[in-house]
Parts: sequence; structure tokens; C-alpha cells
Amino acid sequence: MAFATFSEFLNMGGHGLYVWLSYGLGFLTIALCLYVPIIQGRASRKTLRRRIMRDGDPS
Amino acid sequence: MASKWLPRWFFQLASPRWCYDFTGKLIPWFAVVGGLLLAVGIVWGLLFAPSDYQQGNSFRIIYLHVPAAILAQSLYMLMAIAGAIGLIWKMKVADMVAKSVAPIGAAIAILALATGAIWGKPTWGSWWVWDARLTSMLVLLFLYLGVIALNSAIENEKTAAQSTSVLSLVGLVNIPIIKYSVEWWNTLHQPATFTLTEKPAMPAEMWMPLLVMVIATYIVFGLAIILRLRNEILVRERRSSWVKALLTR
Amino acid sequence: MRQAHSMVGLFMLTFKRDLVLAYRRKSELVNPLIFFLIVASLFPIGVSPEPNFLSQLAPGLVWVAALLATLLSMESLFKSDYEDGSLEQLLLSPQPIFLVVLSKVAAHWLLSGLALTVVAPLLGVMLFLPAEGMPGLMLSLLLGTPTLSLIGAIGAALTVGLRRGGVLISLLVLPLYIPVLIFGSSAVQAAVTGLPLDGYLALLGAMLALALALAPIAAGAALRISVSG
Repeated sequence: MAFATFSEFLNMGGHGLYVWLSYGLGFLTIALCLYVPIIQGRASRKTLRRRIMRDGDPS
Repeated sequence: MASKWLPRWFFQLASPRWCYDFTGKLIPWFAVVGGLLLAVGIVWGLLFAPSDYQQGNSFRIIYLHVPAAILAQSLYMLMAIAGAIGLIWKMKVADMVAKSVAPIGAAIAILALATGAIWGKPTWGSWWVWDARLTSMLVLLFLYLGVIALNSAIENEKTAAQSTSVLSLVGLVNIPIIKYSVEWWNTLHQPATFTLTEKPAMPAEMWMPLLVMVIATYIVFGLAIILRLRNEILVRERRSSWVKALLTR
Repeated sequence: MRQAHSMVGLFMLTFKRDLVLAYRRKSELVNPLIFFLIVASLFPIGVSPEPNFLSQLAPGLVWVAALLATLLSMESLFKSDYEDGSLEQLLLSPQPIFLVVLSKVAAHWLLSGLALTVVAPLLGVMLFLPAEGMPGLMLSLLLGTPTLSLIGAIGAALTVGLRRGGVLISLLVLPLYIPVLIFGSSAVQAAVTGLPLDGYLALLGAMLALALALAPIAAGAALRISVSG
């Protein structure tokens, strides 16, 4: 392990802000790229299903 | 056209239904393997890899920045090639792939730029620097944004797909020219300082987690593209019987 | 209209037609030039009129102004023909579209890029560009502006069917302009410092050759797509 204690790990030798900001952005990007299609998919499937049930035509 | 030398699976790909079923099977694998590799890569990079002699611990940003940069460029190529296939062979699925890739590619380009800029602060002292790699990545982002803007400006789906295919191809041809001229411009205005990533000089303890992260991000963002693609397929094929059956099950 | 039976014939026909049509709207012809002058004037006014400062900016600044002025005039390349249906007719004719595109771009360049090149020394004087830089300025613009028009034509073709395509054209085309800008302004810079221009002009020439070969084809494909959509 490159760090002796947890607080050293968080501090990153003084570069903590930069490292954690970057990794935070990374997680955010991954989360959004996966989450948004899932939510959009659910919403569009619900809308399409309702339209089919109502009048057989999903347009 | 040319069906003699193209394999059968190429034309099978053209079926949106086949594509939907096939990608559905891929999702659990991509999720598990991608998630695992991502966890391994990040833990390795943050905890176990050595810090750089000159840059200290901010060097660990490389495990995000380089995969993002590589992916942003590969995805543009994928988008352009998918667009070309859609244009030449008139395959709807290829157009749908291109449309699904665009926003993901742009998001990754932004991530690459952001991590590059953040990395630059402790290294060079400012939040932005006009070096060749960052400037090229910025231009790549502009190319992505252009494709997205054109797609949303055209109402007819088929026309939009064809126009953006032409645009991405024009962009693809230009990318090497842009890279070359930006690199040249950079040497003119800045003496050759060390670059953010000294890949050849990296010892194994440093580039192995990087390799893991590159593979992990390919899989994870590949999953993101698959998810978008499946949504696109359902919406575009909503009038077909298999979609109706699927939705009303 | 006389039937054009040869490649050169069709080229000249479309070329002359576009020039005549443009001449009928003489007042619009000077707009890119006025824009060119205004943009260049914004910098001394907005930043600093100090000669040493401006002369450093001058090579890049004249080029950026030329670039923006070209962009501004690109939208009209296919628009009026699209609106009155003559574009569709041109596409239906048996002659290759790339020829039609090439002749329209040539006419357009004559009235924009070439005009800018001629006016550029005036801007050079206003921005304190050293006299040694003038020939380099004109040569680089002479080689670079046709490339700008050709690439711009692709953007114009992609957006011809859209109502407000103007800003979109800029967004699509500006990233593609960057290599021309880099080498164009470097050529002027080299001329100012007394270094040889050959390399830059050769590169600009190479980019022009590539654009001449590929842009009309891309623009033609884009026109077909836009008109049919």
C-alpha cells in the first residue's frame, strides 16, 4: 500500500483536492451515463405501453 | 451489395430485433465484468500503485484521464464507422448505434478535459494550459457537439442520421490533420516540456492498473452505449409486432 | 438556358449564373467585407490600440476575421437555390453534383475570399502589421480562403434545409477550420520575422488540394440528403 494511514490516503500528499475532484467527476460521469438511459428507458416504455393499451397504435 | 465476401453475421446485425435480443444477453456480463475491473483498477491505482517522483500523488489522476482520452477518440471512430455503414448499406441499426454513441463520447471527452485540467493545476500551476493534447481533445469535443447539434436540428430521423453520418466522416478525415497541426502549433509556442503521461518510461506497477482501467472503461461505457441503443431500438421500432408484444407482456 | 454538354460547359454555366445572381444583389456583396473590417476594429477598441501589442496580434487576428467573414457568407451559398427549387433541378440533372458544387464555391470565393484577400492589407495597416508581412498575408489568404469556402460548403450543404442554419454552420465548420488557421497565421508570422514561407504555403496548398478533391463530394452527398429530407 502506498499510504500508511487513512488520513494520508485522503490527503494524497497535499494533492487530495485534485485527486478526489477528478475521481468524483469520473464516478459522476459513469453514474450519469448508466443511470440516464435506464430512467429514460423506463419512461419511454411506460409511455409506449400506455399508448398501445389505449388505442393499439404506439405512434 | 458485396454479400459474397461479407459474413452472415454482418447482415444479421441489421435486424433491430436480433440486436435487441443479443444486447440483452450481453448486459449482465458487461455489468459484472466491467464493475469488477473498474473496482480492481481504481483500488490498484489509488492505493497500491506508486506515486510519481515528480508529480506526487496527483499522478493517480492518470488512471482516469488516459482511459477517458483513449475512449473519447475510439468512440468517435466507432460513431463515424457506424454512420458510414448506415449510409452505405442503409442499415437502421448502424444509424442507431451512431446516435447512441454521440452523447457518451461527448461526456467522456468532457471528463478527459476536466481531469486533464485538474491534473494540470498541481503540475503546471494553472487550471488550464493550451498544450497539444488538451487542445486536440477540446477540438474533438467540438466535433462531437457539432454532430449532436446537427442531429437535434433535423426533424426527419432518416435525414438526420444520413447528415450526421456525412458530418462524422468529414470529422474523421480531419482528425489526423487537426492533431498534426495542433501538435505543430504547440511546439512553436511552447518549448518541449514533459508531457502529462510518459507512457514508455512507466514501470509495470504504474501501467498495469492503467491497462486494467482502459479495459474497464471500455466495458462500462460500452454498457452505457448498449443501454442507449436498446432504448433507441424500442422507440424506433415501436410499430413492429415484436416490440408491441414485448411491451405488453 | 443553353444545354451544357461538357464538364467545363456546365461548370462555366453555373459559375456565370451565380455571379450574375450575386451581381443583382450588389449591396449584399460588400457585407462580408464590412464585417471583416468591423471585426478587426473591435480589438483595438475593445482591448488596446497600442501599436506594439496590435502588431503581435495582427497575423492571427486578420486570419480570424477572414475566417469569421467567410463563415458568415456561407449560409447563402445554397439557400436561395434551395428555396426557389432550382437546387432540386440541379441535383436531378445528369451531370455530377461535385461539379455544380465546385462552380458555386468558385463563384462564392471570388466574391468573398478573394475580396477579403484584396482588402486584407488595409487591415494589416490598421493593426500595425509590419510591411514585410503583407505579401505573406496575401499569399496565405489566397491559398487559405478557397479551402475555407470549400469546407464551409459542406456545412452549408448539411444545413440548407434548416430554417436557422446560420449559427449551426459555424459550430460544424469551425473545428475543421483550425488547421488552416494555424498554418495561415503562422505563414504571416514567419513573413513578419523574415523566415521562409515555403513550408507553410506548401502545407496550405496541400490542404487546398485535399479540400478540392473531397469537399465537393461530401457537399454533394449532403445536398442530396438535405434536399430529399
